[in-house]
Formats: sequence, C-alpha cells, structure tokens
Amino acid sequence: MTVSEEHAAKTQVGEDIMSIVETAGSNSSVPDFNAEQERHAYREMLLIRRFEEKAGQLYGMGFIGGFCHLYIGQEAVVTGMQMAIKKGDQLITTYRDHGHMLSAGMDPKGVMAELTGRASGYSHGKGGSMHMFSVEANFYGGHGIVGASTPLGSGLAFANKYRGNDNVCLSYFGDGSANQGQVYEAFNMAKLWSLPVIYIIENNKYAMGTSIDRSSSTTDLSQRGVSFDIPGEQVDGMDVRAVKAAGDKAVARAREGKGPYILEMLTYRYRGHSMSDPAKYRTKEEVQKMRSEHDPIEQVRARLLDKGLADEDELKLIDKEVRAIVSEAAEYAQNAPEPEASELYTDILKES
Amino acid sequence: MATEILMPALSPTMEEGKLAKWLVKEGDNVQSGDVIAEIETDKATMEVEAVDEGTLAKILIEEGTEGVKVNTPIAVIAEEGEEVSAEAPSGAPVEAAAPPSATAPVSSPEPAPAAPAVMAAAEPELSPNTESASMTVREALRDAMAEEMRRDGDVFLMGEEVAQYQGAYKVSQGLLDEFGERRVIDTPITEHGFCGIGVGAALGGLKPIVEFMTWNFAMQAIDHIINSAAKTLYMSGGQMGCPIVFRGANGAAARVAAQHSQCYSAWYAHVPGLKVIAPYTASDAKGLLKAAIRDPNPVVFLENEILYGQSFDVPKDDDWVLPIGKAKVAREGSDVTLVSFSRGMAYTLEAAEVLAGEGIEAEVIDLRSLRPLDMPTIIESVKKTNRIVTVEEAWPVCSIGSEICASVARDAFDFLDAPPTQVTGADVPMPYAANLEALALPTAGQVADAARAVCYAK
Ligand SMILES: Cc1ncc(C[n+]2csc(CCOP(=O)(O)OP(=O)(O)O)c2C)c(N)n1
Ligand SMILES: [Mg+2]
Repeated sequence: MTVSEEHAAKTQVGEDIMSIVETAGSNSSVPDFNAEQERHAYREMLLIRRFEEKAGQLYGMGFIGGFCHLYIGQEAVVTGMQMAIKKGDQLITTYRDHGHMLSAGMDPKGVMAELTGRASGYSHGKGGSMHMFSVEANFYGGHGIVGASTPLGSGLAFANKYRGNDNVCLSYFGDGSANQGQVYEAFNMAKLWSLPVIYIIENNKYAMGTSIDRSSSTTDLSQRGVSFDIPGEQVDGMDVRAVKAAGDKAVARAREGKGPYILEMLTYRYRGHSMSDPAKYRTKEEVQKMRSEHDPIEQVRARLLDKGLADEDELKLIDKEVRAIVSEAAEYAQNAPEPEASELYTDILKES
Repeated sequence: MATEILMPALSPTMEEGKLAKWLVKEGDNVQSGDVIAEIETDKATMEVEAVDEGTLAKILIEEGTEGVKVNTPIAVIAEEGEEVSAEAPSGAPVEAAAPPSATAPVSSPEPAPAAPAVMAAAEPELSPNTESASMTVREALRDAMAEEMRRDGDVFLMGEEVAQYQGAYKVSQGLLDEFGERRVIDTPITEHGFCGIGVGAALGGLKPIVEFMTWNFAMQAIDHIINSAAKTLYMSGGQMGCPIVFRGANGAAARVAAQHSQCYSAWYAHVPGLKVIAPYTASDAKGLLKAAIRDPNPVVFLENEILYGQSFDVPKDDDWVLPIGKAKVAREGSDVTLVSFSRGMAYTLEAAEVLAGEGIEAEVIDLRSLRPLDMPTIIESVKKTNRIVTVEEAWPVCSIGSEICASVARDAFDFLDAPPTQVTGADVPMPYAANLEALALPTAGQVADAARAVCYAK
C-alpha cells in the first residue's frame, strides 16, 4: 500500500458522510413530494446523469478537451434548489456547472456544443465546460476560479437589493471553496447589507484529492457563517425533497429581506474530480456505498414505484425520452461547426 | 443496435494506453455507470464506466494489451436480446468517429486573423463660448462622478471610507450628502471581497464605481478585475458585459515607501478586456472618468495622489466626455517626441520648456489612455521628429515605455534617427529615505538629458 492509499483506507470518509447524511436527513421528517414533483425530479436528475455520462464518453473520444468536471452523484442539489426558486432568481456556480445549467432550463444542445467547442455553444466555443453563461436563464457562470462565485453571487444579490426587486441569488460553491478568504469577506458584507443570497455549499467531501478532514479545521460547514451571524443548516443533499424543503425556507427568508443563509448540502461525486482523476484518495467501498445506499435518482425511482405513483413502463418511457435528448445533443455537438477564425478577436470589448 | 465501446482518452494529453483489466466478461449485463475495465494512461490507472446498457457481446481487445490507441473499439455492447454479427470491428482506430485531431482547427492551415485596429473617437468640439474654470484634479473627479450619478441611477460608488469620511483623499467629498447611503457605500477593508461584489453587481447590470484607497491594495482584488471582469464578455461569447470602473490613486505618493508606491500601468494595460486610463490634467480626469463610467466595459482608472491637489482649467460643460484611447499632443514640436502620462507629464513638460531654451523643440504627447494605446498619434509624431523618448515613473522592465519603443522600432523603423529611449523609475522597490526616493523617480533633468542624447546635442 502506498502512503496515499493507506491514508484513503484510514480516513474512510464514507462512514462520516453516511452518519451525517443520516442525521441531517432524518428523512422521515422531510415533506413528501406529490406524484408530479417526484416525476419532475426524476426526469431532471436523470437528464443530468445521462448528459454527464455522455459528456464523459465524448471526452474519452476526444471531442471534449481540457478540464471537464462531472456532476454525477450531486444531481439532487440543483434539482431541489431549482424547485424552490422562481423566474428572475439568479444562479452562479463554479466550474462544475453542467447540472446547474441543465436544471436552469438551458438547452442541452447548446451546453454540449460548448463542451465540444462549437460556434453554437452557449459561449460560442470561447468558454468551454468551466465558463458558460446564459443571460436568458439568469445563469451567471461557470467560474474557473475557486471561491470567485461567492462574492460575485453576493454582488448579484446586491443588484437585486439596489433595484428593490424580490429576486434571490443562489451562490453555489464547493467544500474546498469554503476555505477561501473571499468567501468570508462576502459573508461579512452580505450580512452587513442584508443581501438576498443563499450560499449553497456543495460538500462532496473532497476538493480534488484532499478530503474535507485534511483541509478544514472545522468540518460542519453550515456553521461557517456563525461569526457573521448568518444562520445555516446541513441538508441531506442526496434527497431531493430535503433539498427543496431547505431551499424553500432559505429562499422565503431571503425574499422577505432577512438576508443571507447557508445551506450545506451533504453530497457526493461518484466520478473523479475531473476526467483525468483516478480518485485514488478514496476507497472503492466508499464510492460504492454512496451509490448503492444514497443515490439521489434511485431514491426517487424507488418511491415512485413503491407508492404506485408510476410503473416501470412509465419510467422506461422517461428514460427513453431523456436518452433521446442527450443523444440528440451529443450528435449535434459533434457535428456543429467550430467558430469562424474571425471570432478570435470578437467579444473582447463591447462597442461603446 | 450494437454499440462499440471505444478506447477512451482519460486525460487532456493521452494518446494511447494499456488495457490493464476487464472487470466484465462476454455475456455479462452492464448498466450505465458500471465499471467495466481498468486502463493505464501515461499518468494513472483509471476506471472505465459503461455509458450504454445492454449485454457485453464481444471483447475486442484482450486485457494486458499495451499501446491501444485512443478511439480503438475495445468491446461491443448489444441491446437486450440482440445478436452481434461475427464480423465485429477488428480493433483498428475508428476514423469515422472524428476525434478532434480530424476536426479541430489546431491542425487546419486557417490563417490567424489580424487583431483589429483600434480607432478612437475624435475629441469633442467645444463651442467657442464655452467657459472654463480652474479646478483641482480632486474636484474634477468628484464632479465627474456626481454628474454621472445624477444622470444614471444605476451608477453607484463603493469603497473604503468613500461615504462618511468623504474619501481617504477626499475625492468623494459631498457625494454621500447628495446621493445617500444607498449609492455611496462604505465597505469593510476587504478588497478581494468588495471588488468581487462590485463585479457581480455589474454582471447583474448595475454600473459600479469601485474605489481602491490606492492601487497597491487592489493586488488583493486583481483576480476579480482580470478573471471575473475583463474575461467574462469573451468567455460568455459576448453575452455578459461588465460595466464597471475601478479607480484610485496609483504610483508613488511621497515618502510612503515600497508597499504604497507602485505604478500598475503596465500590469493592467497588459490585459485584453480592460480599458486603462491614466490622466494628467483635471480636464482629462473629468472627461475620461465620465467616459469610463458610461463605457460598457471594465475600466481601470489610475489616478495620482500628488496630482489630486493640482489645478487646471476645465470646461464648464456637463457633457464634457472625452474619447478613451486617444492621446493628446500637449505641446507641438519638430525635433523630438516625448511621450508620457499621469505625473510623468509634469517632468516631461518641464523638460520641454528647458529644451526649448536650448533650441530643441520637443513634441510632448500625453497618452491619457494606456489601453487602447494610441500608437497612431505617436507614430505620426515620430515620422516628423524621427526621435522618441518615453517617460514614466514605473519600473523599466516590460513597461508602457518598453511597449511603445518596441512598436516604434517595428512600425517607424525607417523614420528613426536615434534609438528609441526610455526614462523610467529605478528598478528597485521604492525606498523611504528622502534622498533615495528622489533617486528612484525620474526627473525633468533626466528627461532633458535623454532628449539631448537622441538629438545628438550636448
Ligand atoms: C483559486 C484556485 N485555486 C486552485 C484551483 C484548482 N482547483 C480547481 S477545482 C479545485 C478543488 C475545489 O474543490 P471544491 O471546492 O470542493 O469543489 P468540487 O470540485 O468538489 O466541486 C482546485 C484546487 C482553482 N481553480 N482556483
Ligand atoms: Mg468538493
């Protein structure tokens, strides 16, 4: 065993996560979804899962280059939060952004075409996986710098408050990001100025190869706002119902002018940090356990079937529909033309 | 329909790898997400997951095979109940799949387009009866902000001590009284954070003016100025603009030593996606700050503490807006071109006066904008004078002067009668001692000497 393998075996983050997920989501208290909500969540999460699998495959075929960070395993977080907001609310996140964009209603073809660097991608092929935006969908990126989305998201919330509208900004970042200084600078001002922002910490237990225990002096990230008097809570981020319920509360609060709130989503990424990460810092058992016992999609699927809200055939139909969307997006993204060479020098400055 | 599984690229640089191990065998049922094989790349051993589901009908590459090229079919998956024909692919790389090497522009002989030329608008015409009034640079900057805030409700000012204290250098005097605390906002001393909040507000459509007490402290915020403000329009394919002004005192003040005396002109002028302004006179300060606030792009506005208190004539005109990217001929002459900006203009104009007494007529160009840099005006002047000296307080390496001298050597080589020459600050951290500090900054005497040298006068 190498030192790192030994460490991975010894830390066994899996055990802690499980216990946190279980206590946070003493899921009996989580309000149920109705049939329509369950079906919606199922379809949305499946779309992200299948899209990401396809992106991984296109990466393997060389159609997608550079860094590509997949969201597989974390689908319930954006899906539940999206169910808690209204049109006009803004989203901003890091480079692990495909799921956020799909759940914001951005066109899978446009997202995939950006991944393959094509002219019809959301950023006309100039941004790639980590840097995508949609003014229409109120999606403000897609930021490659760890920690940057937190003050930027607070600034979007500042704009809401300045304008006197009731929009709320969802500012997403990772457990690794949560140690950035700028995060705390933003927390301070957001509370001081009572900005309508929800900080959603997607705690997937690892920042690249560094587990949260090895990077963070305190690991309950929901309490990172205590010094600023920003309340927060840990949420079972593998249960889409728990996410929505927590989101509803935080969003309502922010909309009423009560200021920022922290939602620490306990979640897990199944794949490596990016496509080229063999993920040797954790055990196979840990990954397997999360997948088999906490998978966000399987949970919904099981409930749909158990409660008779849908039968196998109906779910198969959804699967088929989602696969078709993803295949079409992939097909499109592989064949769409690359940007014209003349695009090299456009979009640097706006015409005054 | 049977689907081929191809040898995947598992890093940005992988071209081939070893199929180390199959974790499934022919006839097994696989679900998407199942780990089916292990592959050794140049860097690590990676797991391969199935994307499609069905039955693993055939393994095409045996485990242990080395040097399997990316995109070679390694197995075939059949849908439930499907037969796979025996003439399954043989394990040669699939050409039809069009990996990027076949489609990517990197390999195509497409010529790179030329960078577009920058054309600045002309100076505004003032009607002959426009009066002017003498005012300090400080007042001119304040008036520019106040006028633009009256004109546009989306413009607001944030920074340390800008509101109640009226500005650390009193530039925002009176603004809190007129516009209230919604629009004139004191921030905590957290440059990285409040700069990011300003940029976020600009992405959200507001037009913030972010004041840095001095540019030295903006080093904590340079990430948001460059990565978040300057690059977002490009990264978003032109969707998301960032109309924001970053302003504050730049360069050496007096006796505040190394950490408070740096000139950032070259740092920001280096960055595509930014506009950079460094005015000298009060009139330019006002007209260009108003232009910066109206500009839909991120603008870095470099002021100078020593100039704040100096007075110049400023036109009495609420619409005194100057074009960004246009230099000004501050003094006409035919013997040598002197180019400077900000406080460097003070030494340069003083030197020109001295030189005139010796019969050397210097043409003095005030750059005013550092990005875009008005090279046409400089080249035009050099064609006439055949000599150029650049003057600045910044460090010499990779400076604004270096850039200008290189451009002149390239674009006006045939017109030069002497080597392009730079006068700069000394290549040292700014010292504290009065005598050393004076030695570290350029002087009118040095400028005059450099001009005499290129004119081959003694
Ligand atoms: C400022 C900065 N430092 C380092 C990196 C390189 N980097 C990219 S992602 C990452 C890990 C971040 O982990 P986390 O915040 O937990 O997010 P996750 O990837 O788990 O979603 C690092 C170190 C970066 N992009 N930005
Ligand atoms: Mg993480």
